Amino acid sequence: MTLVETTIVAGYTLGDLMLVAAAGFVLLAIAMLYRAIKGPTMQDRVLAVNVLGTNTVVILALLGAALAEPWFLDIALVYALLNFLMAIAISKFTVERGGVI
Amino acid sequence: MVGLFFTLVSAAGVIRLPDVFSRAHTASQADTLGAGFALAAVALTIGWDSTAAKTVLLLFFIFVTNPTAAHAIARAAYEEGVEPWTKGEERR
Repeated sequence: MTLVETTIVAGYTLGDLMLVAAAGFVLLAIAMLYRAIKGPTMQDRVLAVNVLGTNTVVILALLGAALAEPWFLDIALVYALLNFLMAIAISKFTVERGGVI
Repeated sequence: MVGLFFTLVSAAGVIRLPDVFSRAHTASQADTLGAGFALAAVALTIGWDSTAAKTVLLLFFIFVTNPTAAHAIARAAYEEGVEPWTKGEERR
């Protein structure tokens, strides 16, 4: 038995609460797609995708803890760093117009 | 759950606010705080373990990289010539 299964808050186990929180984060990530599609400038879209990526990292971490699958955290780590590189690379690319990144 | 609240604030800001610069502001502050709370909860749940160390590393990376990325995006917008929104203009 792990802490996720034994701890009970308001009638629910901690794992269930984490799954609910992960569902909430999924909804917020979908809301972020609105700005990514509509955003009037290029930077709006990059920003929205960056926030979406951060949300994905949090969702992966929550699922990894709730389902007791620790390797989810490795994927979350790689995703966080790739997300950061993507934001920096696109910002640099749009300013220098095809210069070497 | 606290993390969920702060990320909700961030999402509302990114959707409602009028231009890139204010959106970058809410994205970097509120979203970093929300992700920080959620990841701290994960680390506390896992307990004293090597996977908890990974979570703390993730927390650290998010805290360092998220504001940096928002700063880079806002600066790119400025150099592209996007005008900051001022009071009384129409929303974009």
